[in-house]
Amino acid sequence: MKLRFTFQLIAALLLLQSLNSYAREAQPLETNAAVEVQVQRLSEELRCLVCQNQTLADSHAGLAEDLKQEIRAMATKGMTDQAIIDYLVARYGDFVRYKPPLNPLTAILWIGPFGLLLAGGIGLFIMLRGRQKMAVNLPLSAEEASKVSELLNKES
Amino acid sequence: MKRALIPLVIFLIVMGFLFKGLFLNPREVPSPLVGKPTPQFNLPRLDNPEKEFSPKEMLGKVWLFNVWASWCPACRDEHPILVELSETGFVPIVGMDYKDTRQEALQWLQNGGNPYTVTAVDADGRVGIDYGVYGVPETYVIDKAGVIAYKQIGPVTYESLRDKIIPLIKRLQAQ
Amino acid sequence: MIPEIGHFSLILALLVAIVLGSFPIIGASRSNMVWMGLAKPLVRIQFLLIAFSFVCLAYAFAANDFSVVYVANNSNSTLPLEFRIAAVWGGHEGSLLLWALILSVWTVAVSLFSKHIPDDMRARILGVMGLISVGFLLFMLFASNPFERLLPAAIDGRDLNPLLQDPGMIFHPPMLYMGYVGFSVAFAFAIAALLGGQLDAAWARWSRPWTTLAWVFLTLGIMLGSNWAYYELGWGGWWFWDAVENASFLPWLVGTALIHSLAVTEKRGSFKAWTVLLAICAFSLSLLGTFLVRSGVITSVHAFASDPSRGVFILAFLVVVIGGSLALFAWRAPIMGRGGKFDVVSRESFLLANNVLLAVAALSVLLGTLYPLFLDALNFGKISVGPPYFDAVFAPLMAPALFLMGIGPIARWKDASLPELAMRLRWAFGISIATAIILPLILGNLTPMIGLGLFLAFWVFATSAEMVYQRLRKSEQPLIVRIKSNSRSWWGMVIAHLGIAVFTLGVTIVKGFESEIAVKMFPGDVAHLAGYDFTFDGVKNSQGPNYESSLGQVHVTKNGVLRTILEPEKRLYTVTNMPMSEAGISPHFIHDLYVSLGEPLEDGAWSIRIYYKPMVEWVWGGCLMMAFGGLLALSDRRYRLKKRAENMEKISTKEVSE
Repeated sequence: MKLRFTFQLIAALLLLQSLNSYAREAQPLETNAAVEVQVQRLSEELRCLVCQNQTLADSHAGLAEDLKQEIRAMATKGMTDQAIIDYLVARYGDFVRYKPPLNPLTAILWIGPFGLLLAGGIGLFIMLRGRQKMAVNLPLSAEEASKVSELLNKES
Repeated sequence: MKRALIPLVIFLIVMGFLFKGLFLNPREVPSPLVGKPTPQFNLPRLDNPEKEFSPKEMLGKVWLFNVWASWCPACRDEHPILVELSETGFVPIVGMDYKDTRQEALQWLQNGGNPYTVTAVDADGRVGIDYGVYGVPETYVIDKAGVIAYKQIGPVTYESLRDKIIPLIKRLQAQ
Repeated sequence: MIPEIGHFSLILALLVAIVLGSFPIIGASRSNMVWMGLAKPLVRIQFLLIAFSFVCLAYAFAANDFSVVYVANNSNSTLPLEFRIAAVWGGHEGSLLLWALILSVWTVAVSLFSKHIPDDMRARILGVMGLISVGFLLFMLFASNPFERLLPAAIDGRDLNPLLQDPGMIFHPPMLYMGYVGFSVAFAFAIAALLGGQLDAAWARWSRPWTTLAWVFLTLGIMLGSNWAYYELGWGGWWFWDAVENASFLPWLVGTALIHSLAVTEKRGSFKAWTVLLAICAFSLSLLGTFLVRSGVITSVHAFASDPSRGVFILAFLVVVIGGSLALFAWRAPIMGRGGKFDVVSRESFLLANNVLLAVAALSVLLGTLYPLFLDALNFGKISVGPPYFDAVFAPLMAPALFLMGIGPIARWKDASLPELAMRLRWAFGISIATAIILPLILGNLTPMIGLGLFLAFWVFATSAEMVYQRLRKSEQPLIVRIKSNSRSWWGMVIAHLGIAVFTLGVTIVKGFESEIAVKMFPGDVAHLAGYDFTFDGVKNSQGPNYESSLGQVHVTKNGVLRTILEPEKRLYTVTNMPMSEAGISPHFIHDLYVSLGEPLEDGAWSIRIYYKPMVEWVWGGCLMMAFGGLLALSDRRYRLKKRAENMEKISTKEVSE
């Protein structure tokens, strides 16, 4: 009887010992990994309104933390990225988005660079072709020819 | 010669914008809620947490909705002005205590005076988010139909009262 | 007393600068040797006066003189000495003094190394630089005096922003300013040429080394800033497209176009109008950056405290300098002429395309940076333009430029053949496409952006390798001789271009394959990322010179073998009560492991973020290569003054063949 108890005690102690020798796995800060991915993605695109130009992700300001919590709650409910962004834009305006929306006001912003590229490319092409034509020697008129020889004689 | 003037022209246009920009405030965020119905909520009252306040109670009246906190230095600046305004009885002022503690809020009102007909308590700031609050203090002018007519970002000053808020309230009250 | 002496020295410097900015320039147009000759001594006197003023301000910081407003606002008695000195340029007024000092240094340098430049041109160049100096000195003396007194004196200062209490603060601003201000030399050369009517290949040759040197400094300055943000801000980011970052990137983009354009003007006499315009724009963008940071027009973590009245002054200065130079450009445009003829397909046209691409990229970054302001000024409300926009727009714009980088150096001047180029580059093309598709698949994530980035990086690697191989293989001589037979200028180009490829590779890999986890860790807990095990050993609290420190320790193992020990730290700076996070980083050729302490949680655990950043060091390694390439090109024998005369003959024939 005593022997069995001792065995059990030793077994229990050994078990405890082996449990202690395993380092504990760190728990993620937030429980729902899929939701966290969405929260992180959105936080990197949204602006902290009280900071000097920082995303919600990088900011520790009170409002930033509150908004991240809000986003987390919405993400947990299954709202899409666009729905969450719309929710915040309805309350804070387009200012809160680091990726400007595409609308008549921002048309120049989004299309401008590519428009410039296109214009630059076309301009370049026209200019290069123009150079070819320019270099073709037009024959001089009699008047121009005599002017040229006059000048040449002056130089020497 | 004409084509070479293009850089100069573009430059001068940009300078014009930059000049205008000197007199703007890039950190002020205008509210998209102006012209929209005031967001609804039911929050406990500061004086009696058992009872609740909802904006529906103010329908039919023009009123000011002032978001404040005892930890906010700028609120200290505007507080005497609000107290003065409340004493004229010109317009009811409803306060919302934002992310504050009851004890400190009550102390604050005791020290500075209480301009509010009622104060709602937004302890976690959720209602503030619905109102697009990003800093305190902020003040909303709400009309008889419960639509937000104007948002004052930052403390209420004599100038803003004189130039914008009071004329607006008068117009809305006449409707 | 010393601040007053420093202030007086600045006033004297202004007077000297006024004379410097007027007499030599007028003298040049009147061929008055005496007036032109005034430039050199005036330049030296100006430098001495401004340097002395700077030393006085530095002394005020070192000696903790809190009766000076600027010192009281930016320093503290507990601030370590090296940061007290760095604090000299930590605020608006002092940074202006640094600007003026560096400008006077560049001016002296130009006066020392310009014996081969005609007198009238040199006089104009130094005069223009003097005029710019006048603007900055006037601004300081009338609107931003660093020596203003605070009476009664503060007992102690407000302390330097903890974010700036870092070695980065000692190196990044001076290096950056060396670059910004350095473009004033190219600007002055351009203005001098426009004024004097001499715009030729010789002008380009004289201008080129100065421009390259400024470009090198700017590259290093931006690189230091990015690296500093990475290890200082604690969230692993290294570029944010913040308005002030853009303000430094814009002159870099235009400066890059400028050095390429100068090369063409020097060798072929073409692109004169482009080159002059780019020179004006590069420095104008530097000045614009100065405006943006100080006027309150944009919001940025880098912005100095703003004041509209200061903004008006700087704006007026911009209108005078930039408006004046663009007006001069428009007026003198006819004299610039057209230069040589070249084919639609030729090295010239590729370089011209490069100019256009870089200019469009710069305009786009400028557009994005100023757009919120444009809309607000027109009362269309407020929007934000941030990294998602710039990332989406910039990469596609730069892609063609990177592609051209493989072709341009191989194309012949004046008239090249597309079929011939395609033939020569087909292997490089094939290798790049293959790598761009296969490598991401092996690494586990293939997206269009990753594919594009890898393609472009490997394209430049492969085409450079092909080009070097072709150059080196044609002779029987030993390798060293073959290497030396190509000019340093050429090798500099190769290395700089490879630097861009390295940079592109780093950016593509880190953005495509980085990962992070956010965990709650008790001492003894272990977290896993990218095959590594991170064990949190706990936190030790201690006291720094002006902060309280919680120093964490995380040891990293892989398969049980200890790889490194990281020490992320959380500091609370006592004077400003600002918390700061110093990340624990293990930098490595192939990847960085990055740990930052978050907050202590109630139950004794800490919130910790762990990042895996593959090849992020290549981002800065690429920048270092670019800078090295530039320096190498600068040391080319044709710029070495002694050898100049002897080698004139040899060099001109060599260039034509390159």
